[in-house]
Amino acid sequence: MTAPTIDPAAGTAAGADLDGVTRDEASLRRFLHGLPGVDQVGADARAATLSTRSIKTTAKAQAIDLAIGMVDLTTLEGQDTPGKVRALASKAMRPDPSDPTCPATAAVCVYPDLVGVAKQTLGASGVHVAAVATAFPSGRASREIKLADTRDAVAAGADEIDMVIDRGAFLSGRYLHVFEEIVAVKEACGPAHLKVILETGELVTYDAVRRASWLAMMAGAHFIKTSTGKVQPAATLPVTMLMLEAVRDFRAATGTQVGVKPAGGIRTTKDAIKFLVTVNEVAGSDWLDPDWFRFGASTLLNDLLLQRQKMQTGRYSGPDYVTVD
Amino acid sequence: MAREQARIDVRKTYKLYVGGAFPRSESGYSYEVHDSKGGFLANASLASRKDARDAVVAARKAQSGWAGRTAYNRGQVLYRVAEIIEDRRPQFVAAVRSSEGLSASRAEAVVDATVDRLVWYAGWADKLTQVVGNANPVAGPFFNLSTPEPTGVVAVLAPQGSSLLGLVSTIAPAIVTGNTVVVVSSYARPLPAVTLGEALATSDVPGGVVNILTGDALSVGPWLASHMDVNAIDLGGLAGVDGGAEAAVAMQVAAADNLKRVRRAPATEPDWTREPGLDAMTDFLEIKTVWHPMGV
Repeated sequence: MTAPTIDPAAGTAAGADLDGVTRDEASLRRFLHGLPGVDQVGADARAATLSTRSIKTTAKAQAIDLAIGMVDLTTLEGQDTPGKVRALASKAMRPDPSDPTCPATAAVCVYPDLVGVAKQTLGASGVHVAAVATAFPSGRASREIKLADTRDAVAAGADEIDMVIDRGAFLSGRYLHVFEEIVAVKEACGPAHLKVILETGELVTYDAVRRASWLAMMAGAHFIKTSTGKVQPAATLPVTMLMLEAVRDFRAATGTQVGVKPAGGIRTTKDAIKFLVTVNEVAGSDWLDPDWFRFGASTLLNDLLLQRQKMQTGRYSGPDYVTVD
Repeated sequence: MAREQARIDVRKTYKLYVGGAFPRSESGYSYEVHDSKGGFLANASLASRKDARDAVVAARKAQSGWAGRTAYNRGQVLYRVAEIIEDRRPQFVAAVRSSEGLSASRAEAVVDATVDRLVWYAGWADKLTQVVGNANPVAGPFFNLSTPEPTGVVAVLAPQGSSLLGLVSTIAPAIVTGNTVVVVSSYARPLPAVTLGEALATSDVPGGVVNILTGDALSVGPWLASHMDVNAIDLGGLAGVDGGAEAAVAMQVAAADNLKRVRRAPATEPDWTREPGLDAMTDFLEIKTVWHPMGV
C-alpha cells in the first residue's frame, strides 16, 4: 500500500496566480473544487501509521516541553468567572510551580469579555491572550455583530483572535461569502493574529476540510484551527494531517507560512506526541514551534505535567499533584 | 481405514482484568503457567509497570462511586460475588487443584472457605462502622463522632501460595469498606485470580473496583509502592519470596513518599483458613471525626 501524498504543484492548481482565484464566486469555486480529492481510507491509514511511532526518554522529555509551550490553555464555559480565568492565567505562566524549568504555555484562550482579566494577570509575561470571537461557537450572527465582537476583544487587549467560519454558507457553496467574512474579520483584528476555526466536525468530508483550509489561508489566516471543541468529532489526527498538508502546499505555492491548531479531544501526552510526529513528518520541522503549531486544550496540560513529573522523579505521579481546573 | 485424529488442545492465553475489561499486557509479554507437577497449564499476561499505571487510573476513577454506595449495597455486591463463585464451583475447584496441587476434596474445601470468607466480609459491610466508629464524650456541648472512611486506592501484592483463598482474603476486606484495589496475583499460580476476574466481570462489582494483574510482584510492586496516586499497599505477597525481605524494605521506603498506609509482609504466609480479625479491614481505613454543636 502506498501512502497518499499530495503533489505540492497539483494542490496549487498548477501554480496559478492565487490572487486571481478570489476574484469572483465562480473562479473561487472552480479553484476549490479543482483541489485534488482526498483518499479518505488512505489518509486514515497514513495517520494511523504516523501514530505508531515510539518516542521515549530524552526525545519524549523534549516533546513534552515543546508540547507544553504549544498549549493554548483554554476555558470556554458559560460558567467561567474572573477568578477562574485568573487561576488559569497563573497556571499558564507557571504550569508546574514546583519546577521553574517547566516552560510557560503559549497562550490563554478565553471568551472576549474575560480578555481584560486574563491580560491583567498575564501582564508582560509573554503568554498571549487569545479570544474566541465572531459569535463563537456557532457563528450564527450578522457580520456587523461578528466584527463588533472582534473589535471588542482586540480593544480589550487580545493578542490573538480565534474566529469561526460560517459553516452554513460554506456547506451551501457560498465560498466567496465565507472568504469575504474572513477578510473583514482580519481587518478588524488589526495587529492581533487571526486563527480561523473550520469546525471540521461539521464539514463532514475530508475534501471539504481541504477546501476550507485553502479558503481560510487565501483569506489571510495566520492559523487554521480544527474545531471549537464544542462539536464531536473535534481534532482528529487525519484531519490535522490534511490541514498540515494544506499549509505545507500553501507555503510551497505562495511562500507564506500558516500555522495549524488542533483543538478539542486531545487529552493525553501520548496523543500530543502523535500530533507532533505528524507535524514533523507532514509539514516539516519548521512547524515544530509554538508560533506555527498550537494545541487548543485544557486537560492536556495536566497530563503533560504528570508525565513530566514522572520523567523527572522516576515514579508515577497522580492528579493530586496538579491543579483541578 | 481413517485413523481418528487426536484432538488439538486449546492452549489459552489469559489476559489482565483492568477497569472492567480484559486487556492484554501493554508490554505484549506473557509467561507460561505450569501446574504443581510442571505440566503446561496456560499462558498468562505478564503485567508491566504501564499496566500497573493503567490499573491505578481505573481504580482511582472507580473509587468515589464505589465508596459512595451505601455500605448495605456493597455488602450485597460482595454477597453476589460469593454466589457467582458458588455457581462456577467446578471451574474454581479445577483452577485451585491444578495450581496448588491439591486433592479434589482439599480443593473443594478451599473453594468452600473462599465463598464463606466473602459472605463473612459481606456481612461486615454495614456493621464495621458501628464497631470501629464511636460517639466520643467531649468536654463541651458537641456531638463528637468518629467514623471510618475508605483510604482510597489500595495496591495488593497477593499471597504467592494460597492463590484463591489468600487472594480473596486480601481483596475482600479492602473493597468492602469502599476502597478500590489493584492486585498483583501469585506469579506461579495466577489461574484462580484470572478465574476470579472472570467471575467479577459478570458480577455486580463495578469495573475498576478490582483490577487484577498477573505477573511478578517483585517487578511491578516497586512501581505501585512509589506511585503517588496509590493510598495504601499490602505487601503480603512478598512473604516467602526470594529477595522478598529486601524488596519489602525498598517498597516501604518508596511508600513513605506520599505516606501510604503499608501492610507489611509477614515472614511466612499465614494460615488463611483461620477466621480473620478486623485488621484486614481497619488497616485500610481513615478515621474521620466531626464535631457538631448540640442544640442547634
